Amino acid sequence: MSDRSFTPAFISFKALSGWLRALAQKATVHAPRREGRAVVYRELGDGQGLESFLRPTESAKHVLFPRSEALFSFQRQGEAAGAASGKIRLQEPEGEGPAIIFGALSCDARGFLSFDPVYDGCGTAQAVGGIAKDPYYLRRRANTSIIVRACKSALNTCFCHWVGGGPASTEGADLLATDLEGGLLLSPCSEAGAALLEHPDCVPALPEQIAAAAALHAAAERSLGEAPPAGELAASRAALLALFENSEFWQRQSAQCLSCGACTYLCPTCYCFNITDESNGIAGARLRSWDSCMSALFTLEASGHNPRAAKAARLKNRVGHKFSYYPAIHEGRFSCCGCGRCIKSCPSSVDIRKIVLAAIKEAAHV
Amino acid sequence: MSKAQSAAQSAAGTAPGKGPGPGARPAFAGDLPNPYLPMPATVIEVINESPSIKTFRLVLNDERAMRDFHFEPGQVGQLSMFGVGESTFVINSPPTRKDYLQFSVMKAGENTAALHGLSAGDTVGVRAPLGNFFPYESMKGKDIVFIGGGIGMAPLRTLLLFMLDTRKDYGRIRLLYGARSPQDMAFSAELPDWLVRGDLETVLTIDREAEGWEHKVGLIPNVLLEMAPAPENCVAVTCGPPIMIKFTLQALEKLGFAPEQIVTTLEKRMKCGIGICGRCNIGDKYVCVDGPVFTLAQLKGMPNEL
Ligand SMILES: Cc1cc2nc3c(=O)[nH]c(=O)nc-3n(C[C@H](O)[C@H](O)[C@H](O)COP(=O)(O)OP(=O)(O)OC[C@H]3O[C@@H](n4cnc5c(N)ncnc54)[C@H](O)[C@@H]3O)c2cc1C
Ligand code: SF4
Ligand code: SF4
Ligand code: FES
Repeated sequence: MSDRSFTPAFISFKALSGWLRALAQKATVHAPRREGRAVVYRELGDGQGLESFLRPTESAKHVLFPRSEALFSFQRQGEAAGAASGKIRLQEPEGEGPAIIFGALSCDARGFLSFDPVYDGCGTAQAVGGIAKDPYYLRRRANTSIIVRACKSALNTCFCHWVGGGPASTEGADLLATDLEGGLLLSPCSEAGAALLEHPDCVPALPEQIAAAAALHAAAERSLGEAPPAGELAASRAALLALFENSEFWQRQSAQCLSCGACTYLCPTCYCFNITDESNGIAGARLRSWDSCMSALFTLEASGHNPRAAKAARLKNRVGHKFSYYPAIHEGRFSCCGCGRCIKSCPSSVDIRKIVLAAIKEAAHV
Repeated sequence: MSKAQSAAQSAAGTAPGKGPGPGARPAFAGDLPNPYLPMPATVIEVINESPSIKTFRLVLNDERAMRDFHFEPGQVGQLSMFGVGESTFVINSPPTRKDYLQFSVMKAGENTAALHGLSAGDTVGVRAPLGNFFPYESMKGKDIVFIGGGIGMAPLRTLLLFMLDTRKDYGRIRLLYGARSPQDMAFSAELPDWLVRGDLETVLTIDREAEGWEHKVGLIPNVLLEMAPAPENCVAVTCGPPIMIKFTLQALEKLGFAPEQIVTTLEKRMKCGIGICGRCNIGDKYVCVDGPVFTLAQLKGMPNEL
């Protein structure tokens, strides 16, 4: 990150789609759009309603980590039948060009920060075969700019401030957009973000606009509920380990869970994937696709043995990974950005905040 | 962002108990090796070990990759049947014998069934080496007792042959290998040599009497108690089906082996094999990179989720 302070700009709502269309000449722009009852990210299109703040139902993780992508394709050469005969040619996909995510939530931008060390191989530092880095993710990561749109006020499911974030956090963002009367204040947070402002409609912001944005940020911050002290939350690491064999606790926490996996698919910090092949016998591809540790199949071995056959064991793993195991590997950081999507979208009201706090409390009693 | 602000944020981000931290984005260099891309290899020989186990000897198609291929005993590879899938097997030939890479595959599901259809000359994909390996450095100068059950003999074979090839580094070496029946014993072509050679003491056992069987009859843990290896300056290396491991560990503890003296390998469903896909964890350990080899002492320090 550069030390130079970036000059904020202002863009009127009228000029907004023109600016984004200009950006779309050079990059694929993903922006939120209302579809039915959900707000989803779509490639920039006409009539997207960019002027109003939309809170995306899904996270933007698919831009860097697609729901399904080909790791490579294969083609059998010569007269071939069966999976092995003949020569085989493997081809890696061509990487996409640059992308811009417009209108991400601040928590979503921070979510990518918890992906980074995983895909950059930091969890495999001890691996004997050398550190394995994921070229598919890293290429997109280097090629993607993130424009965060500051939240106006928090939902009762939001808890970004528990885990170091906030409605207008700039961590992981290239540009922070704040909704003012008549337009957006655009505050660059990186060189890449500053470069996006090179457009005639992005005019230098007035001091009163900058002050107004700061006041809005503070108001949004105040709309968040009370956070437990960070020191208390950090106890989750030891607490979740201490409760590992307390099946009664986990049965209680998971009693309502349907194992539907909605929480994992919508979560900006869930990154588990499956690898499967698709083939017509001659040509095909090896795909990686989102997977969910809430599914009973996730750990099912060929022998029929399943270390997490019970949903209690699976919920324990999801919460444990985010609030204990991941922090153990990655400098104490949680792999949860507090977006609250898993809470809001759960059909049976499973609340990760309550589970973590209950675990800390329960562990303190034993 | 002002300097003070960014300093405050980076302080918040890296402090324990906080969420994802800031920090520079990971760099991307265009020539990053692709860890998901298998190396094409050719099957040079198929050995029928038992009704359910076949051994494959492979050579990487790229001569240079084959020559430069370096691995340690106990490391695994992912074998690809393009169009079917990929699964994990230990490289059961030792690094001291590099004419080919050997894998023994028990038919268990889709990909293993497809692998069983391979014949000499066929192509497979290989991603290897993956995972950690047997701590053979710290085993030097010690007595070794190998206890293998069924397909669990595969990883032990690697280390056993490696030690026989560097024999002077180790003390007394004993092998207890058990299978359900004589037909289920893999590596039968090698057993006569293992039984007669002077630098190895081999005991074979099967679960139930069978005609023409001249060796032990009885479950592995019981035969082990009979053999009664002394724990002093000795390391036990064991691998096999979960139920056998459970009772073998009990037998070893009864014989006085400390958890640090017992080495075993774990199995988990795997996909990426490189610590990224999130599938094979036990607490904060990933069996694909932190394992598959663990000492019993290490396992005791991990959450109980086998
Ligand atoms: C470290 C390690 C070493 C192993 N070494 C050997 C060996 O030397 N010889 C041998 O015969 N078997 C070995 N296995 C077990 C072998 O990997 C599985 O039997 C195999 O993956 C089953 O694949 P499948 O497609 O036939 O089964 P399916 O049930 O059809 O499985 C579908 C997919 O799930 C995954 N999977 C399922 N079960 C397992 C499992 N137990 N472990 C890992 N991935 C799994 C694989 O990706 C597999 O392709 C080892 C497993 C591990 C983890
Ligand atoms: S969304 Fe709720 S019900 Fe569905 S798997 Fe997650 S916790 Fe369980
Ligand atoms: S665990 Fe829930 S609150 Fe945390 S990042 Fe994932 S969806 Fe958001
Ligand atoms: S197999 Fe992907 S993390 Fe271990």
